[in-house]
Amino acid sequence: MKSGNLRWRYIKQFLFFGLVKLAVALIALALGGILLYLLMQGYSAISWDFLTKPPTDAMTKGGIMPAIIGTFYLMVGSIAVSLPLGVASAVYLSEYSKKSRTLRIIRIGINCLAGVPSIVFGLFGLGLFVVYLKFGSSILAGSLTLGILILPTIIGASEEALKGVPQTFREASLALGVSKWQTIYHIVLPNALPGILTGSILGIGRAAGETAPIMFTAAAFFTARLPASIFDEVMALPYHIYVLATAGTRIEETRPLQYGTALVLIALVLGINFVAILFRSYTRRRKSW
Amino acid sequence: MTGITRTTKEKIIKAFFFIIAATSVIILGLIILSLFREAWPIFRATSMKDFLFGTEWYPTYDPPSFGIWPLIVGSLIVTVCSTLIAVPIGVLSAIYISELAHPRAKEILKPVIELLAGLPSVVLGFFGMVVLAPWLQDTFDLPTGLNIVNASLMLAIMAIPTISSISEDALYSVPREFKEASYALGATKYETIVRVIVPAALSGVSTAVILGMSRAIGETMVVLMVAGGAAAVPESLFDSVRPMPASIAAEMGETPFRSDHYHALFAIAVVLFFLTLAFNLIADYVSHKFREEGSATL
Amino acid sequence: MVKLNEHDGSIISVQDVNFYYGASKALTDINMSFKKNQVTALIGPSGCGKSTLLRLLNRMNDLIDGTRVEGRVYFEGKNIYDPHVDPVDIRRKIGMVFQKPNPFPKSIFNNIIYGPTLSGAGSRSDLSALVEKSLKQSVLWDEVKDILNQSAMRLSGGQQQRLCIARALAMNPDILLMDEPTSALDPISTAKIEELIDELKKDYTIIIVTHNMQQAARVSDETGFFYLGKLIEYNQTAKIFTKPDLKQTEDYITGRFG
Repeated sequence: MKSGNLRWRYIKQFLFFGLVKLAVALIALALGGILLYLLMQGYSAISWDFLTKPPTDAMTKGGIMPAIIGTFYLMVGSIAVSLPLGVASAVYLSEYSKKSRTLRIIRIGINCLAGVPSIVFGLFGLGLFVVYLKFGSSILAGSLTLGILILPTIIGASEEALKGVPQTFREASLALGVSKWQTIYHIVLPNALPGILTGSILGIGRAAGETAPIMFTAAAFFTARLPASIFDEVMALPYHIYVLATAGTRIEETRPLQYGTALVLIALVLGINFVAILFRSYTRRRKSW
Repeated sequence: MTGITRTTKEKIIKAFFFIIAATSVIILGLIILSLFREAWPIFRATSMKDFLFGTEWYPTYDPPSFGIWPLIVGSLIVTVCSTLIAVPIGVLSAIYISELAHPRAKEILKPVIELLAGLPSVVLGFFGMVVLAPWLQDTFDLPTGLNIVNASLMLAIMAIPTISSISEDALYSVPREFKEASYALGATKYETIVRVIVPAALSGVSTAVILGMSRAIGETMVVLMVAGGAAAVPESLFDSVRPMPASIAAEMGETPFRSDHYHALFAIAVVLFFLTLAFNLIADYVSHKFREEGSATL
Repeated sequence: MVKLNEHDGSIISVQDVNFYYGASKALTDINMSFKKNQVTALIGPSGCGKSTLLRLLNRMNDLIDGTRVEGRVYFEGKNIYDPHVDPVDIRRKIGMVFQKPNPFPKSIFNNIIYGPTLSGAGSRSDLSALVEKSLKQSVLWDEVKDILNQSAMRLSGGQQQRLCIARALAMNPDILLMDEPTSALDPISTAKIEELIDELKKDYTIIIVTHNMQQAARVSDETGFFYLGKLIEYNQTAKIFTKPDLKQTEDYITGRFG
């Protein structure tokens, strides 16, 4: 009886492991297939001119340079908004806060902010920055909106980095009669810097790929000239793909441009994430504690 | 010391950081406030009941009708379908990475999954639109390939890396002692996974599932590009739908500022906001409850 | 009845065993037989290989990547490292109690029936009886009989460890391996578990790794002293602790090194 029971248990295990491997194969097939397909289709559209020239002929020819520049401005702007706020919030959460109802409310607030749909951020940005504060559809309004969108990511990564600094470092510093703030500034933050940077890079990658939040706050259908100030509208890669694929003139004919833009965006976002992950594994390996 | 003492200075610094940390809560409040401010006027044109449960969404007709029931149904159906696809695949792949994969394979798989979680949704929407839709249309002989099936598949592909990654973290953090105890009692690997590791990681896995659903219900670009945009309650999985985020994104650009239609779109955003808020609060509750109870009786 | 090994009448015996973690050798040329219904203590300084040997006896070392075993371990007349032998089968018959109490986050009741249910044990009433029997054997019954459906995580450390012993006993193993079972516990709980070991040896063979030499002297019949991955001396406990054969053993016992 015993051996029969055991054989049946192994059959179940065999079937289950088969299922598990099937799931992994499906993911590899689906995501790998999508990436490979887009790579093959987009590859031929990419050229030096495509990357450095503005669109021409009612966006049926030419390049995507203004969209690349615009996305770059939005990336810089959003991290400029979210990094100071995010790191300072994390310092409070990790170094100063005590378990209390207030802390619980702040944590719930951050979690909820992380879950707000991106289109709702877009409407919020429209309502507050574009309309109420009269920034108009602009780099400023778009950066603020995207900055708020990635704020929870930055807070989470920074807090984890701060928590990773050994308590003994703090104690050693405090025992020398150094004040708490000095300890944070000279000991804790420098040691947490790699983790904070990784989180920031991941946040930038997220900001670069978002479409819905900038639709009504920053993105222009078409501008040939580059923005002169933060109150100008810009083109952006994700919005450009959407526009070309759904609202452009002669949608079928401009497919190569669409694939090319998609490929540039994928390369940008995955490239940024890849750098973050590499950087993280590099600093983890170097970490001496 | 000039004027202020060290302790005062420390108190000021602490207060400064507290205020910054509170900005997230303040922003959340501002989001609610600004959504409500712009949404409220729609209820002069229609009642709450007609808005939520009305089955006709004709915002530009004369007279217009603002019933968002078809949009709510559209959102829920693509979320449920994509969850049904994404949860088994996501959780099973997490089990593979956490328990079965060779350590070296794991070192590669884990970051790759993380990388894929960052894939911009507009790219997936684009793929669904130009590749999957024509294929579906030809294969199943449909009037359009932009439908529930397409949107659910693309949403599932988008949610899988998130679900897999968070579940893997939860599975991986199950203490080694539990596994050892199970093996020492003569359990097979399968039994150890299913009866000890997964139950012990259940709160983390459920959190992953809820967050995955919340991401799917709030996702805009995929449903905007591949759900087809028909504002009617669907009768089959091959029908087009117009989920709430798609409606907002498609119509906001073309509606006059502070018209009834404009206010109605903000009201949809309010519904969407509270729906995802509910999901997130449940996720938060689940992960905290289990943590504090030390996962009581499973 | 338990089948004893033919060549020496022991319940489990280790022959010419070498063990490697990657490139580093953790055990060298171990030969050792364990007698039925006796308590054998394995002692020695940290890193001497005593825990490694213990985990080798029910193939728990299989779970660590990059390890390698040479030699043979005979149990019931069979080499448990034979490719045809299933470690799952072995572990059902050779139970283990770990250094840190490791109950599952399940109820007390479900913790105990976990192993038996998986190997196809009978009805609910049988299981209830089994739970009661195991908990009585581990002298925990009186403390928990009214809270069997409560989470095991709420028990104290000492109670958790006795629960883990009960959980292992519920499989009705032939041998019980204990890896420093009291090192994470307070003195009172330790005393209870030592008493328990004395009770249990009537029905089970116990092999215990311990850091605490008084404990080895109190609970065991035989003692093996390990140093740097080698079995230095293996003798009756009374002899080891009064008149060891080797100077090295005496130095360790009397606290001159280690």
